[in-house]
Amino acid sequence: MIPAFIVENSPALMVIVPLVAAFITPFIGRISHALRSLWVGGAMAVTSAITLILALDVYATGTRLYVFGASAASMALPPDSGGIPIRIIFAVDPMSALMLVITAISGFAIILYSLASERSYSGLESYYTLYLLMITGILGMVSTGDVFNFFVFLEILSLASAGLIAYRIDGGVAVEAALKYFVLSTIGALAILVAIGIYYGEYNALNMAMIAARMQFSLLDQVALVLIIAALAMKCGAVPMHFWTPDAYSMAPSSITALLVVASQASLYGLFRTVFTLYNLSLNAVTVGWLIIILGVLSMVVGVTMAIPQKNVKRLMAYHAVSQTGYMLLGVGVGLAVLGNQSLLDAFGYMAMEGGLFHIINHAMYKGLLFLTAGAIFLRIGTYNLNRMGGLGHSMKWTMVFFVIGALAIAGIPPFNGFASKLMIYESVFIFNPVLAVIAMVVSILTLASFVKVFHSIFMGPRLPEYAEVKEAPLPMLFGMGILAVVVILFGLFPTIVVESLITPAAHALVNQGAYISAILGGA
Amino acid sequence: MELTSTLLTGTGSWNPLAWILGLVVAAVIAWLIYSLGEKGYKAGTAQAEPFISGNPEPEKGLVHVRAGNLYWGYLEALKGYYNRLVPLHTGDLHDYILWYLGVTALFLVLVVISA
Amino acid sequence: MFWNLPYVAVVVLTIIALATIVLKKNLIKVFLGIIILESAVNLFLISLGYREGGIAPIYTNAPAAAMVLPTPQALTLTSIVIGVATSALLLSFAIIIWKKYGSINLDRIRRLKE
Repeated sequence: MIPAFIVENSPALMVIVPLVAAFITPFIGRISHALRSLWVGGAMAVTSAITLILALDVYATGTRLYVFGASAASMALPPDSGGIPIRIIFAVDPMSALMLVITAISGFAIILYSLASERSYSGLESYYTLYLLMITGILGMVSTGDVFNFFVFLEILSLASAGLIAYRIDGGVAVEAALKYFVLSTIGALAILVAIGIYYGEYNALNMAMIAARMQFSLLDQVALVLIIAALAMKCGAVPMHFWTPDAYSMAPSSITALLVVASQASLYGLFRTVFTLYNLSLNAVTVGWLIIILGVLSMVVGVTMAIPQKNVKRLMAYHAVSQTGYMLLGVGVGLAVLGNQSLLDAFGYMAMEGGLFHIINHAMYKGLLFLTAGAIFLRIGTYNLNRMGGLGHSMKWTMVFFVIGALAIAGIPPFNGFASKLMIYESVFIFNPVLAVIAMVVSILTLASFVKVFHSIFMGPRLPEYAEVKEAPLPMLFGMGILAVVVILFGLFPTIVVESLITPAAHALVNQGAYISAILGGA
Repeated sequence: MELTSTLLTGTGSWNPLAWILGLVVAAVIAWLIYSLGEKGYKAGTAQAEPFISGNPEPEKGLVHVRAGNLYWGYLEALKGYYNRLVPLHTGDLHDYILWYLGVTALFLVLVVISA
Repeated sequence: MFWNLPYVAVVVLTIIALATIVLKKNLIKVFLGIIILESAVNLFLISLGYREGGIAPIYTNAPAAAMVLPTPQALTLTSIVIGVATSALLLSFAIIIWKKYGSINLDRIRRLKE
């Protein structure tokens, strides 16, 4: 049904299609605005389709290699290179495929939403160009098998994100947010580049599998590990390096904020990939595991407590994004802390990791949905200030329904998807350390409390005279939100199918370093 | 139903479809109780006014409890915590960078010592 | 010892850069610190690729000596290109902030907080 050419070259195509489409977009925009909408929507649909085809293929047949410039796509080791993979490699294993699925769904839903929400703004050619570049960056980051290539895609993503955060200048405040984000992410990316230089100097390789196979965990490797962990933890907004997150998330256009959530999770992916695939058992799993757990717990507690007194709805949601990232760090950190001990890993380690990874995909869906509803409200009433809202439930019924779905999911109320992943985290972390599980539950209750406040102040109450004329959000925006809402509900109703088909393979792919190495180096 | 949707979590399990069934049953019972109530009211009479005491109805904007007034007690009770936490979010780029560099240095010490 | 000189330079440059970034209040000077940091990292990468007695990997009329794998040079070149894009974006932010806030002192760029 699907041409073999597309399946074979899907890893290259999914990066090339948005990249080329991005740079053609400004020219199409000169012809007509409707044509440009069609073009970017079509380009994103094609990208999502290719990405999903690739992900399905990976789940069906195992890790996919794509070697750029080689005669055969699966030839990682050139015959005359002496066993060193010198070419740039894309290695898509089930963990990458999970991130690909997230990006494909969110990217498509958000572009549908953007087509309506951004219609009245100027400078749209750069908006869509940068949007497609962000997609390129995320897809490249999560599928590359080469550390330097990872850095390049990370920088493409940072540049495009910074441009989009500043996109609505907003009296300079949005630019201030972008400036803070970009200075931090530049310094972080340079730290990662130093780590890459260390790997190259030590092992003469940039290929992740090759570095993993030769890993010594010398002093230099420890330095490189810390540089990468700290930089990527900062980029995914872990406390106490989260300060840029509320600034950037609240000032970016809402559609971009939803995509920034996915971008943060690409950094989280990089963190897990480094710890599990590059180092795995050679590092001190207990220390690094506990460092990640502590980052996670701090993020959960500080994120949610800072969210409660917020007045700006997007700033509030941004602090919740920090808090939810904590759950992922907690789950995967527990898995890492027991990595060396097979019986503990089987007893609860895998379950904790699966909970953490399941929370990544759930979070991308419901948090994206919440930011999109915030954007729909802003489009109609022109403010993010919670104190000036009220009674919108009378006029924006669909937006209210979507908000309720997102809010219940983030608070972990059954039967929505957030509950399923949080349950997995609670029960497995409880065996590891009961205190951590109790903290996680208290944070969940505070999350619910905070969203009750938001729901009440936006939608409840009598119809306010100043918003008497407010209409429902336009149809493409509702459609974009609808896609995410349906995914949230389906994942909540059928968590077993998702966990068994997407999450368990990803968790096992992360833990099983040997399989990753032999998939690329061919059993070496 | 059991086979397709029971999520096993190692020590426990959870079935969203059973939960939905329970919610539907609860909703039906609630509807039955609701349907036993008074059927209607006469519009335009005192029955439709919000206060039976006859007080005048305040303006719509005044009735709504705004976000800033919610959780006042919670914030007051945890004043000590918030007075320390909130000022840390200074908005100064230097502080952001220093926190990042500080965490890097701390991690470096911890990882190198424990290795 | 002599061959470690580039690495000593890298460390010195990094310290200068971080001190500039953290201590200077003027946005342009902070950006200069970032650019110095980039240069330090580039110098680090290019020093890694140096092999004594090696020649450039150009096969035409090549003398019979060991060739150097050009990967670090390629990395450095890529990193320089990314650095240019970074500097351009940062400076354009500075222009807009200077126009809108009337100052590029970091103490004044604090409208987003708490």
